[in-house]
Amino acid sequence: MAARQGRLGSQVDIPSFFIQILNSIQYGLLLFLCASGLTLVFGIMGVINLAHGSLYMIGAYLAFSLSEHLGSLWLALPVGVVLAVVFGAVLEWLLIERLYKREHLHQVLLTYGLILVFEELRSVIWGDDVHGVSMPPLLAASIALTDTLSYPVYRLWMSGVCLVLALLMAWVLLRTRLGMIIRAGSVNSEMVQSLGINIGVIHRIVFAAGVGLAAFAGMLAAPVSSVFPGMGNQVLIICFVVVVIGGIGSLKGALVGAILIGVVDTFGKVLTLEIAGVKILPELAGMSIYLLMAVILIWRPEGIFGKVRS
Amino acid sequence: MNTSNGRRQFIKAAGAAGLLSAGAGLPTLALAQTAKLKVGLMLPFTGTYASLGVAIANGFKLVVQEQGGKLAGRELEYITMDDESEPSKGADRANQLVNRDKVDLIVGTVHSGVQMGIVKIARESGVLNIIPNAGVEAATTQLCAPNIFRTSFANGQPAFPMGKHVADKGHKNVVTVAWKYGAGEESVAGFKDSYLKAGGKVSKELWVPFPNVEFQSILTEIASLKPDAVFVFFAGAGAAKFLKDYQAAGLKGKIPLYGTGFLTDGILESVGNAAEGIETTLHYGDGLNAPRNKAFQLAYAKTFKLQPDVYAVQGYDAGLLLLAGLKAVNGDMNRKKEMYAAMERAEIDSPRGKWKMSKGHNPVQDMFLRKVVGTENRVTGTVIKALDYPPAAACKMPV
Repeated sequence: MAARQGRLGSQVDIPSFFIQILNSIQYGLLLFLCASGLTLVFGIMGVINLAHGSLYMIGAYLAFSLSEHLGSLWLALPVGVVLAVVFGAVLEWLLIERLYKREHLHQVLLTYGLILVFEELRSVIWGDDVHGVSMPPLLAASIALTDTLSYPVYRLWMSGVCLVLALLMAWVLLRTRLGMIIRAGSVNSEMVQSLGINIGVIHRIVFAAGVGLAAFAGMLAAPVSSVFPGMGNQVLIICFVVVVIGGIGSLKGALVGAILIGVVDTFGKVLTLEIAGVKILPELAGMSIYLLMAVILIWRPEGIFGKVRS
Repeated sequence: MNTSNGRRQFIKAAGAAGLLSAGAGLPTLALAQTAKLKVGLMLPFTGTYASLGVAIANGFKLVVQEQGGKLAGRELEYITMDDESEPSKGADRANQLVNRDKVDLIVGTVHSGVQMGIVKIARESGVLNIIPNAGVEAATTQLCAPNIFRTSFANGQPAFPMGKHVADKGHKNVVTVAWKYGAGEESVAGFKDSYLKAGGKVSKELWVPFPNVEFQSILTEIASLKPDAVFVFFAGAGAAKFLKDYQAAGLKGKIPLYGTGFLTDGILESVGNAAEGIETTLHYGDGLNAPRNKAFQLAYAKTFKLQPDVYAVQGYDAGLLLLAGLKAVNGDMNRKKEMYAAMERAEIDSPRGKWKMSKGHNPVQDMFLRKVVGTENRVTGTVIKALDYPPAAACKMPV
């Protein structure tokens, strides 16, 4: 509305507008996939995992190596996810398990240390070059949308996969016995334990699943984003914004938050907005998602779907 | 108990180390001219730009090796400092090199933000700084200093000839896309400088927050604006992704894409045919036919088992520049004035071709047009000879 008073860029015709909406949703869904693991681990075990972005990076590098060795991304995806989940379980058993009763500062220290370790390991194993992962031939085509613009089929497929995973996660958490135990454990883990359930195993499953989700997001994004050092750190920051906007621990919140970020980021980059002769967009596009976060936190400090903690 | 014990031991150890180094400091002072020259290599050895840091250090060391391990009779001691391309720590780390390690000069760095920290310390302490990559224009314009030299380029310098080339090709209106940070902004400014003068029109400037690589909305906008051509500034992984996205969006072949050489350097292996045929401008390229370049490539490949790139050349030239300065004063770095005067006069016999310093201490160099053929950035011509950009008038050299 403020935009109306200023001068909002005029080039956005109707087809472009719908394509931009498509761009927003597609970007949002990928963000959701990465943020969901973060919000689950955060919400259920109370662990701030700063290394989540590094696990995304490791996923992308796995996609690179595995698709070269196995010959196709189709084979690399399942093998990579299994490797990542096993790795997540080992990581939880070796290190993360010790963090549940500790304060957040200890968690931040350990998981920040893991970022450095993972980056160094990546440098030792894969080097510091940029790599590309080729798309499966079945998805490599583009669909012509206008006379100049085509849309890559791979991106549409990626959105579909993210949607299916979102539904699957919601189903597991809300409709299965495992999901019920996980939810109960996040509220009162002692009570769950006293009912004869090994909460340690539940935590290991949730953490491993979180690692699996991060790595899977990295693998899925690898063909369109290239594979490069430090790629996880960019993602981590945006994922934290998504989690904070949506409400910590809320899967629904992560989905809504991710789509919101997708919309704001997409339109922030292409609209021109001038108020009283001062250029606001796209000059300040880099700030748009953080402004969104600030506004939402003023309105609802616990995030859109966050629970108020007493 | 344990911790306080540990702390006490630490203090003891630190004290002992302090005594030792103080003792070691005395003879160094007495033997200033024959002692080893302390070179602070402040470069990124981890993170996104790690490979650039290694290439620069290798290039520099190749000069020393060619000179038989000594520069003008002085042996060298390297103090390496990983700057991680982290701007917030740039000044601190440069300060450590100068005041703790007592280096004679700093060779560094890659990232323009970190460079600003080094420039600050160099200006305050008077320690010689040779910049082997960072293109931040202020270092050789507003903040130029007698002890700060650059052997690479200023950000707008490779982009300026591209504006001329795009106009020469008859493209009347252009959309620019760049990362919204120093290098991107100065690059777009350099392009516009020559393109607007030649009568071109920039219909829209699009910006992407650094180092974000989500380009889909930008591509949709380009498709709807339908300009005659697009000028971009991205580097490394971001460039690789942009090229692939541009092709996947069906824009490649419909709207020609131009950029500075950083768009296609070091990433051609990873982008398949997404870069094929793209023209860029830079001060170096593949197939530069000079015998000098061939000799350099051979020596580099033999020593480091790697193919040299533009960053290796810039590091190599940093070594050549230092050599020229040291030779003029027989290795005595206390004769600063004479040494810097020699560096200002020196004609650097670089693999990219011979070049000299501008008034602001930035290379005055030829800018080549290159075209991507397979995995090569093949040089197809020279757009501007001996380009001094941004104009050296912006530098008021302090005396």
